[in-house]
This record gives sequence, C-alpha cells and structure tokens, in this order.
Amino acid sequence: MEADYAIVGGGVVGLSVAWGLLKRGKRVVVLDGDDGAFRASRGNFGLVWVQSKGMKQPRYARWSQQSAAIWADFAQELSEATGRSLHLQQQGGFDFHFSEETLEETVAQYELLKAKLDGDYPFEVLGHNALRKEEPQIGPKVVGAILHHQDGHTNPLKLLTALADDVRRMGGTVLTGKTVTEITKPDGFRVRCVDGTTVDAAKCILSAGLGAAALGPQLGLRAPVRPQRGQVLITEKLPKGLIRRPSLIARQVDEGGIQIGATNEEVGYDDGVTQPGLSRLAAEAIATYPVLARAQLVRSWGALRVLSPDGLPIYQESHEMPGAFLVTCHSGITLAAAHARLLPEWLERTPAAPDLEVFSEDRFAVS
Amino acid sequence: MKRSDLIVIGAGPAGMAAAAKAAETGLAVTLLDEQPRPGGQIYRDVDRAAAKRGRILGADYTHGATLTQSLNHPAIAQISGAVVWEIEEGFRVSYTKDGCAAQVAGDRIILATGALERPMPVPGWTLPGVMTAGAAQILLKQSGMVARRAALVGSGPLLYLIAAQMIRAGTPPLALVETQTRGDLLGAMPHLPGALRGWPYLAKGMKLLREIIRARVPRHTGASAIAVEGGTHAEAVRFRAGGRSHRIACDTVLLHHGVVPNTQAARSIGVAHRWNEAQRCFAPILDTWGATDVAGVLIAGDGAGIGGAKAAEIAGRIAALKVAEEHGKLTQGERDAQARPLLAARARELAVRPFLDTAYPPLSEAMTPADATIVCRCEEVTAGDIRGYAKLGCLGPNQAKAFGRPGMGPCQGRYCGLTVTALLAEAHGTSPDATGYYRIRPPLKPVTLGELAAMENPAQRATEQE
Amino acid sequence: MKTASPFHELEDSARVRVEFDGRPLDLPQGANLAAALLAAGVTVFRQTPVSGAPRGPFCMMGACFDCLVEVDGVVRQACMLEVTEGMRIAAPHQRRDSDETQ
Repeated sequence: MEADYAIVGGGVVGLSVAWGLLKRGKRVVVLDGDDGAFRASRGNFGLVWVQSKGMKQPRYARWSQQSAAIWADFAQELSEATGRSLHLQQQGGFDFHFSEETLEETVAQYELLKAKLDGDYPFEVLGHNALRKEEPQIGPKVVGAILHHQDGHTNPLKLLTALADDVRRMGGTVLTGKTVTEITKPDGFRVRCVDGTTVDAAKCILSAGLGAAALGPQLGLRAPVRPQRGQVLITEKLPKGLIRRPSLIARQVDEGGIQIGATNEEVGYDDGVTQPGLSRLAAEAIATYPVLARAQLVRSWGALRVLSPDGLPIYQESHEMPGAFLVTCHSGITLAAAHARLLPEWLERTPAAPDLEVFSEDRFAVS
Repeated sequence: MKRSDLIVIGAGPAGMAAAAKAAETGLAVTLLDEQPRPGGQIYRDVDRAAAKRGRILGADYTHGATLTQSLNHPAIAQISGAVVWEIEEGFRVSYTKDGCAAQVAGDRIILATGALERPMPVPGWTLPGVMTAGAAQILLKQSGMVARRAALVGSGPLLYLIAAQMIRAGTPPLALVETQTRGDLLGAMPHLPGALRGWPYLAKGMKLLREIIRARVPRHTGASAIAVEGGTHAEAVRFRAGGRSHRIACDTVLLHHGVVPNTQAARSIGVAHRWNEAQRCFAPILDTWGATDVAGVLIAGDGAGIGGAKAAEIAGRIAALKVAEEHGKLTQGERDAQARPLLAARARELAVRPFLDTAYPPLSEAMTPADATIVCRCEEVTAGDIRGYAKLGCLGPNQAKAFGRPGMGPCQGRYCGLTVTALLAEAHGTSPDATGYYRIRPPLKPVTLGELAAMENPAQRATEQE
Repeated sequence: MKTASPFHELEDSARVRVEFDGRPLDLPQGANLAAALLAAGVTVFRQTPVSGAPRGPFCMMGACFDCLVEVDGVVRQACMLEVTEGMRIAAPHQRRDSDETQ
C-alpha cells in the first residue's frame, strides 16, 4: 500500500484535506485533473465568509464560523512554510441593501440565527451615512448595510498555490493531468486513471468537485452535486483602499483589481461568459460604488459552483465501502481551514472529531 | 440592433477584400475595425499616408488604397474605431466606439484579425524605447516618424524593409543585428526551388538588402545573447556575434523575429487550433475556404496562418465566396469557378513561405528565455517563475495563470501566451498541442463597467454620467 | 518624463493644446496620441502597478497595453486614440483622491 489516503481531486478542498493529513503524518497521494478541467478553485470569489450562511441550518453557520476563526492561524502556518502570503483580511464584510425592506428582513433573519447560535453572531446595521464613513465610495442608492465582523477575504489563487507547494514540501505526492476512471476496493482502494496510472491506498477521499457525481456511485456514494454558474468580473488595478471591506457584490483584491460577482445561473456545464451577465453585474457594482463606472473591465470568467441539493457541504463515509469518503462543498475557501485542521480528525475518527452528522448525504435519501 | 448577412472583423487586406467581394455578390456586410481608418497594420492609414510618404513606403504599401477604395459600396456598413470585445452565438458582436458599447448581429462571421509580432522576450525588452519592428512601421506609415538612433534586432524580411524605409527617409538604422545563422540559410536551401515560384519576393528581398549595403548600415548575423540596457529608457543593445561581444548605444531598439496569428477572437468562441511546427505558432484548423469548426465562422488572412498581405487579400475573397454560396447568392458552380484562379494565386503567394520560415527562424533564446527574463509584460512574470509553476504541477498555461498571473493583465496573454506554452512544454517534455494555450475569455479588450452597465439599462447611462 | 525626442518627424502639421500631467503640450491635431507624445519627447508613459517599472509604447497597434494613459478620467491605450484639443492626459491613476470629488 503506497499511501494511507488517495485523494481524488487536487483543488483547494482536496489539497486542504491532504495538507491536514500530512500534518498528522499520513501518507497521501493526490490525483489532480488537467489544465482545462472545471475548477472552482480557479474561479471562485475569494471570500472567507460567515454571514447569510446556514440561515436554515445553524450547524452550517457554526461550521463556517469555526473555520473563519482558525483561518488566520492556518494562513500564517501556510505562509511561513511556503513564503507565500495569502493576503487574508478579516476585518468584517458587508451585505449591502438598496431598500429598507430587504435590509429589515435580513436583519430579522440574522437575529433569529443569532439566538440559535447563543448570541455568537457579531453584526451591526449601518445606515447610509454611517456606512459612508466606513466605505467612502459608497453610492447614494445604497440605503444601508449589515457589517458582519466574522467576514473577510483572501487571495484564493495564492491559497491554491501555497497548498500545492506545501503539500509537496511535506512529502505528499500530487499527480497532475490525471483523469480517474475507476475506483475499486480489492483490498484497500485502487484508483485507476485513463492513462493507466493506478494508486493503491488504505482510504480514499472523493473531493473531485463536480467530478464526484460520476465517480461517487462506484464507492456507494450518491454524490448529488450539480453545477451552478457564477460569472465574475475583474477590473484593471486601481489604487489600493478604494474598497475597504469585501461584500458579495465586490471586493478589492490584493493586486488592486476590483472583483465583482457573481451570477447564479442553472445552465449545466456551460462555464461561458455572457454580455447580459457582465452588464448586470457591472450595473450592480456601479450602483454600489459609482466610481467604478470609469474602471476598465480587464477579465471575466464563468465558473461552476459545486452545489448539493440544499447548498450545504456533504461529508460522508460510504456505508457500502467504509474508508471511502465524499468531501464536497461550494465554499472551499471559507472552509479551507476547517478542512485542513478539523476534518482530518473526523476522517481519522479521533476523539476531537467534529460532529458532521447533519452534513451526511443521507439527508437527501428518498424516504 | 443592426443585423447583416455577414460581419467581418478587421479591415486589413483580408477583411477589406472579404467585405468587398461579399458585397459584390449581394450580401449585406458590416465591417468592424478598431482603427479610425481602414487598412489594418500592413496598410495602416494608407488613404492619408500614400500621398505624403508613398516614395518611402513603396508600391507594395500604396497597393492598399485599391482595397480601401473597394469599400465604397452601398452594401458595406463600415464601423471604424470599433473595438470588439465579445462575440456571442447568434452571432452578436459587442464593441466599443467613442466610449459607448454597442452591438451588431450577423448570420456569419469572417475573422480577419491579422497577426501580432511574435513575442521576443530578451532581457530589457520591457524598457521604454524598445518596440516591435511593426511599431516602427506603424509610426512611419501613420505618423511620419522615424527613430533617430535605432538598432534593428532579430530576423526576417520585415527588418530589411524597415531598414530600407528608414534609409529612404534619411535616417538609416545604426545597425542591423540579425539572429539567423548561415546554417539556417543552408537549411532553407531545399525549400528554394519551391520558393522560386514566389520569385518576386526573393527579388524584392535582394533589392532591399542592396539598399542596406549601399547605405553602409553595419550588419551582424548569427547574433545571440541579446540584451537591452538602460535605466528608465533603452540606452544600448548588447549581443554576441562573430565570436565577440558587441554593444551598440542607441535610443530605440526594434525587435522582430516573425509574426504569428492573432487568435484571440477565434479562441474566445472556441475555434479549435493546432500547433504549426513550420511557423512555430498556433493556427486555427480550417478548410480550404477558411471555415472553422464553429458553424458560421470563417477566418481569413494572417490570423489563419502567416502568409502575408497578398495571400490575405486572396483568402478574404475566397472566404467571401463561401459565405455567398451558403447564403444562396452564388451557386456552388459559380463559387468554384470564381475560386479556382484565387486558390491558384494563393498557392503562388504561399510558395515562398517554407523558405522564409526556415531561413529566418525565431531566436531560440527568446522562445524559452533565461529565468530572469520577464515573459508576461503586464504582470511582470519571469521565465523562472513559469518554470517554478511547472514544478508545482502546472501542466498547462491555465493552471500557471492561476498560480502566478501570467496572461491576467490587459493584453490577455497576447505577448506571453506562446512563451508560457513553450516554457511549460519544455519543462514537461510535452508538445505545444498537449500543453495547450490560455483559454481566452471576453472581454477581448478592456471595456469600462459604465459602458457594460449602460447595455443593461440604457437609462442608467444618463445618471451615471452626471 | 520629457526629453529630446528619439524620433524624427518627416512633416509638420497644425497643433492643438492638450494637458499632459498638468502641463500644457502642443500636439498635432488628429495625430495618433502615442506617436504624438513620443514625438514630443515623452518616452515614459507610466509606471507599472506591479513593480513601478517605467513603460512606454511597444506595439503601437493596440495589442500590448504598455502605452496606457488616463484620458479624461479613463485609462486607455494612447496608441488607439487621436489627439483632440483640450485632451487631459495623465499617467494612470495618479490622482488618487480625485474620484471622490468628480
């Protein structure tokens, strides 16, 4: 057996888990796709985000909070090991509102959630004038915002690079350009690739994003994930500090560009960019920050979110093939710290394992 | 939104000829070009410059005026100064003109986006004062400007043409530093018989060389270890040639080692491309007519593979005939009858290419540069950075782009794409085809958010601009 | 940065007044802006946002984006513009606070 774990999928989710397992002295082999694969790790928005998550499932809100709380420490460890800064900023994030009604509704929902979280949900409501002091470029159409103090953002590509670097540095094996076709369990797990590569491991983690849907059934996992397109825009590099805190609408990345997102489109496996999509996002960004009207859009892309039916992560060990795990979520950046630091405890069934029962895919079973 | 039978993108020789031929067959044509006046780069501003500087620029240049004149046809709607930034199915083409975004629709598209200078990353190539040889030509054609103290560096017949034009303008270059070797010329000899079919080109090349020799412009061949020196501006070019080191003090360094197809627009709509080993570049996969694997999209001119201005002009007509036939304006028989002499003429034009491609190969030290050399000018990513990303598992340019930002700047990889592919292919021992190229996305050129938003809600525009 | 021009102009033409980095400059009306600035001795158009390295026109055909300047508040390619009277030209994003007042 060449490895303790074969990890199918070398995006942020797979590499975060691999990193955590390596820290525990496990031998891991990561199988990663090719240059043109659908990769949420390359197309995501880069938020380390808590607010609005788990409105119907407080455990998800708590799980996001747990990850956000240990993110800075995780980022520091990764940065020190690789010399790559992740540009993590956790000074809070905004949810902007263009009408008093939606603002009040959202605040009411946050209050309900806050009660379920024993009061640990630090947010404040800012009216337009108070908001303008915090975010001077804000436009007149923004009536107010919710500032959530547990929110932040990072450079997701530097996270991906640092993980790819550190996983190798710690002795992990990462095979790139691999398309996994078959996973069997003759003794341990045997992962076969289209090019004939095989990897044998005691356990197998399926963290292949959308690819899990096809591979899951071989491991007795349903893996009910579907793509949802998000189009994202990024402007030319602008003077730093133009936007101070991130929101779901826009954030200023560490290089200076303003990243604007994102659409939510059910268009299957089409990751293209459309003019109506670009225009709608541009209009929303300008309504929030009018100064952006004169900024040049330099790049845009479509990326496919990896969504479960209820949008929450799935952490599942196969009933049929114990030792096979499905790990999937659409918030791989926010949850990276949890996946690196907490999930290995669950995989290894230690006493410190987090309770992830509510994230079992059994919740989607037809009763 | 205006709708036409055919949208032609690019008003160089291929685009102008395609538009004129299509209009002649009765098709309604929209011709989009980003310059204020038609001509493309090869015939840049020919309508204004031919009279003033025709003597310096030569008859091959003034020929372009016949093409610009052919655009005066009622079926051609010319939209100049239109920077195309997105092509969507249907086809809907989005562009910016005078600070406003707009769209046109059409049943078919001929892409005639021409060529780009092959990137020539050598140390110092980002310094002000270092320009492409093509840029020097554009300055001469459009603006009547000649560099006072310039060194021409690289390989290819374009360098001879520019040198001759500079001599005629009374400002010869300080030196012609050529990178091709005697061995390259010997290697090209087997292609000479074929090239003789295109003998006017060889004759013209010899005439240019004689002008250069007569003007006593110092000429070096087999140059290597090229580097530009300077603090905030180019001050000198260094190289090795003839077994010793040279340093030429100058203000302007003009680089050139061939041109390559500009594939950005074609790639953005998913046209399949393939590596052309003879021309050391990617080119779209086309049939005889220029049709791509994307239904309704044809490509003509240097964007389809480097053939030069005359071949581009002919290819434009050939593509237009195909569109006219598909639209029922010509029968297949009429199409083929008109195409026959054009196909033969194009073959004659292309006959010289294998000889030129072999005799004037790109500079190998600039194909896979030394570690410290910047390859991505926009994001200032070095060759060493790319090699590092290869070690981190990046098999292709898209993962390398995610890891280190090459190709993320406003030029969208136009001047680093081929280099990044070459570096990754070298690192992994793979072919350029297996390594791949950047996925090109809209916007093909930057567009302001204000322009985009105005397309969402035209009323918005008025308020945003208050 | 303005020095003696490294370029020789073959012809002269009517000039109009523009503003470059806050200073008046007379450029040929209708000329290519990048070319006109080079002819006027402006060789460094901007510093890169990545390292601060100086840059000037490279390709003159709208492909390389090295000749970026800010014209009337929008960053554009100088080689894709023509000189018009009263143009306000500056290096990109020099006036950091002006956005608030406009």
